[in-house]
Amino acid sequence: MNFNFTEEQEMIRQAARDYAERELIKDVLERDEKAEYPTQHIKNLSELGFLGMLVDPKYDGGGMDTVSYVLAMEEICKIDSSVGVIISVNNSLVCYGIENYGTEEQKEKYLKPLARGEKIGAFLLSEPEAGSDATHQRTTAEDKGDHYLLNGTKNWITNANSGSIYIVVAQTHPEKKHKGINVFIVEKDSPGISLGQHEDKMGMRSSDTHSVMFTDVKVPKENRIGEDGFGFKFAMKTLEGGRIGIASQALGIASGAFERSVNYAKERKAFGTELANHQAIAFKISDMAVKIEAARNFCLKAAWLKDQGKPFGVASAMAKQYAADIAMEVTTDAVQIHGGYGYVKEYHVERLMREAKLTQIYEGTSEIQKIVISRSILKG
Amino acid sequence: MKILICISNVPDTTTKIKFTGDSTEFDVAGVQWIINPWDELALTRALELKEKTNGKIEKISVVSVGLKTAEPTLRKALAIGADEAFRIDCEAKDSNSVAAQIAEVAKDYDIIMCGIEASDYNGSAVGGMLSEFLNIPSVSSVSNLDIENNDILISREIDGGAEILTTKIPFVAIVQKGIAIEPRIPSMRGIMMARKKPLNVVSPIEVENLTEFVSFELPPSKAACKMIDAENVKELVDLLHNEAKVI
Repeated sequence: MNFNFTEEQEMIRQAARDYAERELIKDVLERDEKAEYPTQHIKNLSELGFLGMLVDPKYDGGGMDTVSYVLAMEEICKIDSSVGVIISVNNSLVCYGIENYGTEEQKEKYLKPLARGEKIGAFLLSEPEAGSDATHQRTTAEDKGDHYLLNGTKNWITNANSGSIYIVVAQTHPEKKHKGINVFIVEKDSPGISLGQHEDKMGMRSSDTHSVMFTDVKVPKENRIGEDGFGFKFAMKTLEGGRIGIASQALGIASGAFERSVNYAKERKAFGTELANHQAIAFKISDMAVKIEAARNFCLKAAWLKDQGKPFGVASAMAKQYAADIAMEVTTDAVQIHGGYGYVKEYHVERLMREAKLTQIYEGTSEIQKIVISRSILKG
Repeated sequence: MKILICISNVPDTTTKIKFTGDSTEFDVAGVQWIINPWDELALTRALELKEKTNGKIEKISVVSVGLKTAEPTLRKALAIGADEAFRIDCEAKDSNSVAAQIAEVAKDYDIIMCGIEASDYNGSAVGGMLSEFLNIPSVSSVSNLDIENNDILISREIDGGAEILTTKIPFVAIVQKGIAIEPRIPSMRGIMMARKKPLNVVSPIEVENLTEFVSFELPPSKAACKMIDAENVKELVDLLHNEAKVI
């Protein structure tokens, strides 16, 4: 066992922290209020290499390990998890999927600009009637010889407008059910693609979320990823890694709320002494710290397993379920510790509480994670 | 042209300062170490000059006097963009010994940049001493440094304005705030490249420490804030006059 981080991992954590504390903090409240996309921040973070930090340098990525990714995500999401989710989707869903399962041509054409952050990717799996139940895809991709014809609607798509490269999951052979699902790389400016309204979300308001409609969209045959029928397996494999990103995001939200609560409890006085001297508050701080430490260890374990090339699907499900659930608890306690100040926007913790809620829902709800975990225990 | 940046490995500016050994030693337990903020700005300016002058600056090196624990700080400087690092393998004791050690490495450089002070002991002495050891000019309180054609242009703040001067190379620039706007954050590519850049460990020379720490004292804790009723101006004036003695 070795709990030490390497010099590089520490440097990445510090770089992420510096950027978040120096830059993201400046306009995070305003972007949340106006639901404004962080264009300049994404450009800056691309130049620093965060958008493709996990990708092999030969495809223009940062070549960093998943442990570093957890550290970076935690630091960024302490301040701004909208920026965090943009990084997470691009890295651990889109880049990861193409790098691990794409052809050399696909990597050359699509992975490189994604890893450089010149283009942003989106992952289109959820549908109006297929969220947690991803097997029942209504979007179809009809084989027309040299191309596929894509029709259908995708919902809740992060980076739908800001992104320009889509990974789209669609049903090609309905009779084969989930074994007839395929996945395609689709360029957003292809004729026949239209976006629904910008979703007016409760939290993570600075990331753009839309539904995406496909009407007779031609997708070149060479843009299918993997063998015919590989789509469902692709989606499940990719989401295993995505869960580490969202778990780390939830961890960051919780530790951001925690740090603010500790500072507040040391400064704010009630009944003649600092809040920290009241056991009711001190014990809350202790509970928060224990939960965060456990969540951090879950995230790092899942990341470590992935870096070692060992199976990490169950570990990442545990990390995501636990980190998301405690993020909700910790941020709720943070608002409580702040009292009335916690309920106004200036103090950040109400925003963190709104953001925490989404981590229990997207990229596999907490309930779906429990299915993954329990099946792994009970099968056979 | 070659630039050398002298780097002090200092505790993070938010560190809670504690002492051990009967208040004679700074307690390093749990301390996060960083590049001295002024030195980091010097490095940033050196990198800006390298980019701007397009090939005129062939190398930017960094040097620090310190034990192995100083290496992460030097590695960060490499990740930010320095080409090469030197660690002089001994504990930094006082300004004289640090300047003497650095002088051994600094001989081949054209511009040597030092922060105006280090944020740990605030000695403000190494830069001047270094120029004496090297027998070259030094300019203090440099708030801008530029290279135009082959001329060095230096701006330094003086009371009510600024003075612009030039000097021959080699020289020591003792830089202050304003030399660069903000330190750079290392990129992934920079962090990756830092693995391959040389971090040379140099044996120290024999040098006498001219000063030694006797003990440290923490400042007295601030007195509690006294609240005076807004109606009671007389009491306020009394206290300001007799207790605070400010009027």
